[in-house]
Amino acid sequence: MRLGIPKEIHEGEKRVATTPEVAELLIKKLGFEVAIESGAGERAKFTDDAYAEAGVIVVEDAKTLWADSDIILKVRAPETHPELCVDEVELLKEGQTLISFIWPAQNEDLMKRLAAKKVTVLAMDSVPRISRAQKMDALSSMSNIAGYRAVVEAAQHFGRFFTGQITAAGKIPPAKVLVIGVGVAGLSAIGVAKSMGAIVRAFDTRPEVKDQVESMNADFLLLDFDDEDGSGEGGYAKVMSEEFIKAEMELFARQAMEVDIIITTALIPGRPAPELITEAMVETMKEGSVIVDLAAERGGNCKLTEADKVVVKHGVTLIGYTDLPSRLATQSSQLYGTNLRHLLTELSPEKNGEIFVNMEDEAIRGATVIKEGEITWPPPAPKLSAAPKPQPKIKPVEKKEEKPPSLLQRFLPFIIGGFALLIVGLGAPASFMPHFTVFVLACFVGYMVVWNVAHSLHTPLMSVTNAISSIIIIGALLQVSSPDGAIKYIAAFAILITSINIVGGFAVTQRMLEMFRK
Amino acid sequence: MSQGIVTVSYIGAAVLCILALGGLSHQESARRGNYYGMIGMGIALLATILGVVEDNFFILIVSIAIGSVIGLQLAKKVQMTQMPELVAILHSGVGMAAVLVGFASFMGHAAGNLTGAEKTIHDVETYLGILIGALTFSGSVVAYLKLSATIGGKPLLLPARHWINLGMLIAAIILCFVFVEQSESGGGSFALILMTLIGFAFGVHMVMAIGGADMPVVISMLNSYSGWAAAATGFMLSNDLLIVVGALVGSSGAILSYIMCKAMNRKFLAVIAGGFGNKPTSTGAPAGAAEPAGEAVSIGAEETAEMLADAKQVMIIPGYGMAVAQAQHVVFEITNVLKDKGINVRFGIHPVAGRMPGHMNVLLAEAKVPYDIVFEMDEINDDFPDVDVSIVIGANDIVNPAAQDVPDSPIAGMPVLEPWNGKNTIVMKRSMATGYAGVDNPLFYKENTRMLFGDAKEMLDNVLASLKTL
Repeated sequence: MRLGIPKEIHEGEKRVATTPEVAELLIKKLGFEVAIESGAGERAKFTDDAYAEAGVIVVEDAKTLWADSDIILKVRAPETHPELCVDEVELLKEGQTLISFIWPAQNEDLMKRLAAKKVTVLAMDSVPRISRAQKMDALSSMSNIAGYRAVVEAAQHFGRFFTGQITAAGKIPPAKVLVIGVGVAGLSAIGVAKSMGAIVRAFDTRPEVKDQVESMNADFLLLDFDDEDGSGEGGYAKVMSEEFIKAEMELFARQAMEVDIIITTALIPGRPAPELITEAMVETMKEGSVIVDLAAERGGNCKLTEADKVVVKHGVTLIGYTDLPSRLATQSSQLYGTNLRHLLTELSPEKNGEIFVNMEDEAIRGATVIKEGEITWPPPAPKLSAAPKPQPKIKPVEKKEEKPPSLLQRFLPFIIGGFALLIVGLGAPASFMPHFTVFVLACFVGYMVVWNVAHSLHTPLMSVTNAISSIIIIGALLQVSSPDGAIKYIAAFAILITSINIVGGFAVTQRMLEMFRK
Repeated sequence: MSQGIVTVSYIGAAVLCILALGGLSHQESARRGNYYGMIGMGIALLATILGVVEDNFFILIVSIAIGSVIGLQLAKKVQMTQMPELVAILHSGVGMAAVLVGFASFMGHAAGNLTGAEKTIHDVETYLGILIGALTFSGSVVAYLKLSATIGGKPLLLPARHWINLGMLIAAIILCFVFVEQSESGGGSFALILMTLIGFAFGVHMVMAIGGADMPVVISMLNSYSGWAAAATGFMLSNDLLIVVGALVGSSGAILSYIMCKAMNRKFLAVIAGGFGNKPTSTGAPAGAAEPAGEAVSIGAEETAEMLADAKQVMIIPGYGMAVAQAQHVVFEITNVLKDKGINVRFGIHPVAGRMPGHMNVLLAEAKVPYDIVFEMDEINDDFPDVDVSIVIGANDIVNPAAQDVPDSPIAGMPVLEPWNGKNTIVMKRSMATGYAGVDNPLFYKENTRMLFGDAKEMLDNVLASLKTL
């Protein structure tokens, strides 16, 4: 089958659905034929020549490309082509498959038009968030890039260093960054800001992300509030109660006065972005502070943000870019292309260049929003949430509290030992006692000596004690001189097997010890 | 040679044996310790042969010579993966020798001049020496057969096994009285032989009931028994050297057993009584909480190699599967390739990984892995959060989070390595089958765990090949 990659037509969109590297794998490993519209990769810094070299057919004309391909790979959802003056949906024909971002919930009309074309559509935004589908999860890979870029944009508009320094020209305090909403983008932003040397704090309504935040050496801000779990389906957050929001806002107000940069990524699926930073808070922020609002497309976490623009209000720079992944087009094209490749790998289990939309497969089922003209969105609820809700907290194995032993307990062994010794002393003849003394002392010596043996030496220790325990050969030696034939041979046999032990034990220990080296 | 010289030689030998065990507690002094042991043993032998033995030198020398040659050959030829078997079979030698020496002493009526309480004590010593010896012998043989997979590793659980054990114990005690009584009048051989047979049966039954994963405990326990057998023989022969060395070995074995049991969070008696992992709770449906949440994600050798190459901190956790697949050399080669890339590679060893205490360390040492990058569980468990990739090679129960999270799991409370605290874990296994304890492992279903299925050696070869092309 032929995969066709048209040029993205959305204004400002620099990404492309496939890179030469990915295309090569699609051709070689999966057996597809790949065609690309001339210049499609240009703005992501992939030349037509590079594609041609990877075995991709470069097609000059968009119309031909759409017409000749079986599967269309795109980044953005179809829209009106500015040059051809025709909607991309119209370029599709029955039997074709389209794979791109669709956002079926927001684009009902588009879905209807696509269905009318009797095509099959897989939406990259609808890939279920289950572990197995992670490799196809374009939302995550794009969010990661958005988070990275958000910090870079903030740095661009921030007048100071991120890292603190003490220089000959004076002391530079480190920048303080607050990240609100610790999803993929938030985590990515934390990582980048941290690595640039900033002091990073993060907040999220879902308490389970605390560990993730702390694993990146950032501080997780806690609310003074009875724990209310903000985890919704599919790893997203849900709407919180009023009191919670009030406590949250107080926290943000305090933080706003203190931090230099705020990066907000708070989104709740299917709703406008929650307002987290009020105008009053912005006013209290220091002159020159920066807010990067990753939720700008949905109204923004700060109402002052303007989508796709950088504005300065109350001395604070508000960045509302909605195309952050596109601003790192090379990187995001590469990741998106790889996500697509993984999806295509799942779609063609035979690796013969044919695809089979297996509606039994949970991942593919979730992504398929239109199957041969029939709208199949929304899919049935996923079997498992990506981050399974912790079942009612399993009680960790109780650590036995070590009570200090009572006086009786402490002395019990001594008392028992004393009695045992007393009995032995009463019953045993005098000639037995010296041997008994030696025995008890030797047990103690053994205990003291062996207790600290390094774990790695247990095996050599065992083989050497084995050799040493063959000291029993002495017993056999004492008897071998017996004139009695039977005893003599029994003793001789005992000598034989113990000498195997002695020599074998020491030799093998030696061999092992030779191996240990630094 | 005078008796005095023999005695001082024995004192010297005993001191050297203590130094030998002491020396083996640290890597730096281990080799010296082994030499002390050799010298001590040599002195003891020489003193006895020159000072005590009066006759039959020829047969003595021939026996020693034959034994030494066999021993040397064994030591040279043995594969390091077979160390547990070798140690087990060597223990059986000590047990057998104790039985033989006991019988020889009894037949020679060496203590014919003793009377009264002394005579009784001597008889009891002989009896005990033979009993422990017999038990050590047959137990070791069974352990050997189990370890060399001649017989299955599954615990054999006879219906009333505790009663059988108790019955045999009581029979042994009654026979002891019978023996002491008859011995007064010069008889008692029947009771002695019967007891020996019971001893053999006891040893077989005891070890048969213990499963493969508990072998580290069994081996060190048999080690301890062989020491006690030597000590009992020492009492019988009134020989302090035997008593000292026997007691040393006995207590060291007991301590090792204790350490092993602690590492598995098990009671020593429970291990001896046998049957771990076959309790109905573990084979039946595990408790709801133990049920895995999610699905296992598999990974290929190539991707594994990429993950390793991209990591900064790599932890390797070997288990019995590495020994079975003989994969230790490939592991080392991979270690070298990664180190050349500037990646910090370390090994995390669980105390009961493998089939005898310290088994993994010996295998890694054989593959020339330097011992200063090999760490114990306690030293390394806190470092996992910094680890980018952990590779678990053929281990299961020792990396099972259920031991910490699931209170009614059969392995609850057992200290385990915690690779799930790291960023990624790759588990190499032949299949999704459960580990020895028969407990499902939630680690396999964690989001950051990938499964690499196949024979450890083969898979690691592939990983190495991919690493080299990267």
